[in-house]
Amino acid sequence: MDLALPGVLPVLNAGAVVRAIRFGLAVGGAVAPRSVFARKNYFYPDLPKGYQISQFELPVVVGGEILIAVEGAEKRVRLTRAHLEEDAGKSLHEDFHGMSGIDLNRAGTPLLEIVSEPDLRSAKEAVAYAKTLHSLVRWIGICDGNMQEGSFRCDANVSVRRPGAPLGTRCEIKNLNSFRFLEKAIDFEVRRQVELIEDGGKVVQETRLWDPQKGETRSMRSKEDAQDYRYFPDPDLLPLEITPQAIARERDALPELPVAMRERFIAGHGLPASDATTLTASKALADYFEAMVKAVGGEPKTCANWVLGEFSALLNRLEVEADAGPVAPVALAGLVKRVLDGIISGKSAKDVFAAMAAGEGEADAIIEAKGLRQVSDAGAIEAIVDEVLAGNAKQVEDYRAGKEKAFNSLVGQVMKASRGKANPGQVNEILKRKLGEDAGPGGLAS
Amino acid sequence: MLTLEEVQAIADLARIEVPEGEIAALQQQLNGIFGLIEQMRAVDTAGVEPMAHAIDLTQRLREDAVTEEDRHALYQEGAPQVEAGLYLVPKVIE
Repeated sequence: MDLALPGVLPVLNAGAVVRAIRFGLAVGGAVAPRSVFARKNYFYPDLPKGYQISQFELPVVVGGEILIAVEGAEKRVRLTRAHLEEDAGKSLHEDFHGMSGIDLNRAGTPLLEIVSEPDLRSAKEAVAYAKTLHSLVRWIGICDGNMQEGSFRCDANVSVRRPGAPLGTRCEIKNLNSFRFLEKAIDFEVRRQVELIEDGGKVVQETRLWDPQKGETRSMRSKEDAQDYRYFPDPDLLPLEITPQAIARERDALPELPVAMRERFIAGHGLPASDATTLTASKALADYFEAMVKAVGGEPKTCANWVLGEFSALLNRLEVEADAGPVAPVALAGLVKRVLDGIISGKSAKDVFAAMAAGEGEADAIIEAKGLRQVSDAGAIEAIVDEVLAGNAKQVEDYRAGKEKAFNSLVGQVMKASRGKANPGQVNEILKRKLGEDAGPGGLAS
Repeated sequence: MLTLEEVQAIADLARIEVPEGEIAALQQQLNGIFGLIEQMRAVDTAGVEPMAHAIDLTQRLREDAVTEEDRHALYQEGAPQVEAGLYLVPKVIE
């Protein structure tokens, strides 16, 4: 932590530089061969030195873009820059006998600030952007993404304008530590600015704080304090040089990026775009899916259905990531293989999955223990069908009188008599054949 | 050349309280500095790459490892008011 004690000098952490390079490469930005640290001067209790070490004219990453999807439509959001700076302390405005509490533990630790161009047009787009960015920084391993602890934070600059007019004066909103607050704060701020302008007022450029209790933004600093940071190069730090070798090293270490993986899932695996998008929202989930497809030996759509269906529901219930779930990809593949080769029905498979999630063992062992093996023996199914037909003369008559619904009722009876174990495809086939032997629907009864 | 109001604004930004009677003298000194800057600006620097630092070297990086020991308690002792590990300051927002 940095308490601004006299004589303390800054030293740049190599780990922070490596992470900045990775980010620059992941968004297709330019990693600056030479970047410069500057002092941003302002007075606030979370910054005991009276200035923040940041970058101004020559940031470490310039440009790049993030691809977002909002309600099915894709959009490119341009990035202005990403710069390295030191974090400030954390202000707690709860009541400490009428005072503010300052936590300086993170003051002076490195931070990568990512700035986008004014390309976002709604709170929904801003949330989609923030979520995509959140997923990306975890994907490339430069941030744990914990928003509660402040590992990933966002500030939103909001302005309004009449259609076609230039961008209006913006306000910056701070203290947004969840995607839900980000959306609510922007929506509130848009309404506030619109009402202000409609009442003949003018938006003043300022920093505003989101108050989650009241659900509103309010002015953080008084209006007469015009912000003037008086940036100048920090004499305590020399320019940062990043060699082509260092960039190449990080490029080689970078995993396949979500955008590329999504394309591969669509083109290579034939998945619908929506499945591919959800699967690549987190690296853990995407890796799980890939491991499962490999273990099954194909069938990507069936695997995707399981990963996005039962498995994701389980993860949500347990509130864990895919790599921390109780069912390994190879284990889930073992279950899906039994469905694919007709050993168990899709319905039984869900019960087996629930048992696997509860730690009852591998799919095969559970299938045997619970006697869920599907009856695919035609002779056995025929016997059950005969029995059901004999005992449900009314439905048979209805079916033959043209009531299609009666057929479904008969299928249900057979499934029930087999205690759900009969292969439904075979039941349909045998039942149709047996009912057609005498006469089809509407035919003459003998 | 700076006006008296600009001198006052700069003092406010730097959180320096300047007694009424000293503003004029300060204005003169600051304008003297601006005069020096103007003199330097007259030098032809076309084709000269600007330096970010007086020393023509690049930044050495330190390894990403914890090197400091935890001296939180000691630091807290030096603050006028602390609570729950926090440094207490006059309320900064209304």
